[in-house]
Amino acid sequence: MSHSRDERRAELVLALVALVSVSVLGLITVFVFKEGLPAFREMGLWQFITGHRWSPSQNAFGIFPMLVGTFMVTLGALAIGMPLGLGCAVYMSEFSGPRSAALLKHMVELMAGIPSVVFGFVGLTVIVPFIRTYLGGPGFSVLASSIVLGFMILPTMVSVSYDALRAVPQAYRDNMLALGATTWQTVRMVVLPSAKSGILAAAILATGRAIGETMAVIMVAGNATAVPESVLDPVRTLTSNIALEMGYSAGLHRQALFATGIVLFVIVTLLNLIARAAIRGGSAK
Amino acid sequence: METYRSQDFGDKAEKIRVEKFNLYYGNFHALKDIDAVIVENAITAVIGPSGCGKSTFLRSINRMNDTVEGVSTTGRILLDGEDIYRPDVDVTWLRSKVGMVFQRPVVFPLSVFDNVACAPRLQGTTDRAELVDIVERSLDAVGLWDQLKHKLKEPALSLSLGDQQKLCIARAISVEPEVILFDEPCSALDPVNTLKIEELMWGLREHYTIVIVTHNMQQAARVSDYTMFMLDGRLIEYGPTSSIFTKPQDPRTEKYITGKLV
Ligand SMILES: Nc1ncnc2c1ncn2[C@@H]1O[C@H](COP(=O)(O)OP(=O)(O)OP(=O)(O)O)[C@@H](O)[C@H]1O
Ligand SMILES: [Mg+2]
Repeated sequence: MSHSRDERRAELVLALVALVSVSVLGLITVFVFKEGLPAFREMGLWQFITGHRWSPSQNAFGIFPMLVGTFMVTLGALAIGMPLGLGCAVYMSEFSGPRSAALLKHMVELMAGIPSVVFGFVGLTVIVPFIRTYLGGPGFSVLASSIVLGFMILPTMVSVSYDALRAVPQAYRDNMLALGATTWQTVRMVVLPSAKSGILAAAILATGRAIGETMAVIMVAGNATAVPESVLDPVRTLTSNIALEMGYSAGLHRQALFATGIVLFVIVTLLNLIARAAIRGGSAK
Repeated sequence: METYRSQDFGDKAEKIRVEKFNLYYGNFHALKDIDAVIVENAITAVIGPSGCGKSTFLRSINRMNDTVEGVSTTGRILLDGEDIYRPDVDVTWLRSKVGMVFQRPVVFPLSVFDNVACAPRLQGTTDRAELVDIVERSLDAVGLWDQLKHKLKEPALSLSLGDQQKLCIARAISVEPEVILFDEPCSALDPVNTLKIEELMWGLREHYTIVIVTHNMQQAARVSDYTMFMLDGRLIEYGPTSSIFTKPQDPRTEKYITGKLV
């Protein structure tokens, strides 16, 4: 009897906790939209998104350079992180023994726990000077940000695509091997095609992570509000824009930063929806 | 005791010779001193209770046990007189000579065509016309060509289970192996499809050396020329199927085929 009362009390408390978490998330969303939407009304959504000039002192708020910056940095991060991450996952799942796979998995999980400021610090002291010395430019650049982010998305890329590869039935591999396939042929012809929706999901989740990352990027990007013309130019991303200026903003400036947040919110939500569709598409087969 | 006598094979030629073959999964002794000759153009059945080592024995012939961690072997298995366990043997070459059909039909999530063509592609065949030719020949050999010739682009997973198993057989023979190993190929199928696969194997017998593991004693009696009875990792008795089933020499064989040993 007291058993079922305990049970009911536990259920109530947990329901309350769930309700609080969900409503806080809801409130944040409402708050961001409430604060940011007036900026769209003030200067027009189109003007805000396509405007080339971001100059708070002159009330010019165009986020086009930051959109391009986010796009370039994210693409660069994927170009680095995807092949590395997928290669690592394929090695762990198909080539290494189960013991070294477990070890690698632990290391990747550890890597996920490294604070982003540490990545930024390493980028600042190693990658930025390297680029400045050997490739030219200020060093603070699209390239530096892409490299740092490329490594930061590795854990997501590795663990999600590793899970996708492990979900491929062992019987596929056995049948390929029994036909005289090498391990690499098995991977190329059957394992990767079977896991492709999971790998796509990994890439999309990694993209979301790359877009959202702020601290490390601020430290190595240079943060200039101009459209970068080469990968060696400094760049400012959408998240950096908010983090750098929120502290001292007021009025329209503050609303424009919230509006930047709305744009980010929409982009990341879309990516998550696509990732989920990709995962569903994979498991439906 | 003597487990086979060469006169039992009549004029059939030796294809595989197993000599004092032992296999260990780590410390577990799964195959014990197996000696046997398997002949061409015949169907050899392997029967015995669950866990006696039938699959392990079959997988030794195409070295699929190599993919299991901690496996070690002693003794030899000769294919056309060549020891397949010599270190310089290329297992991918061996497996293209010795095909295998598994218990559950496993078709890849690809089209019917690609499911068959993937095997010759592994061997480096890229010429489209040649692949089309191979696919037609292989599907024809398993009796699927007329039914599927206009459906080559459809996903193979949409076929019935019985047809999927036939497709797996077509895939196995597409690279023109000399030996085909069947590990309980009908255990996932209904009686009608079981009979169809048995008929198919009987037809393939003319061109290949066939070894089939089965739990089904009627099946062994129906399709095989020779039968091996295994127990606890040992080959207990081996001879023409008719004599194994009518006058078994070993009391343990008799107990098993009369259903008193499971
Ligand atoms: N990968 C493995 N690791 C360790 N032991 C194994 C492994 N595979 C099989 N064995 C053991 O080897 C013995 C023989 O197994 P095998 O699968 O060859 O039997 P089987 O005769 O085919 O049985 P069944 O009729 O159930 O298929 C069993 O005792 C089994 O537990
Ligand atoms: Mg078995």
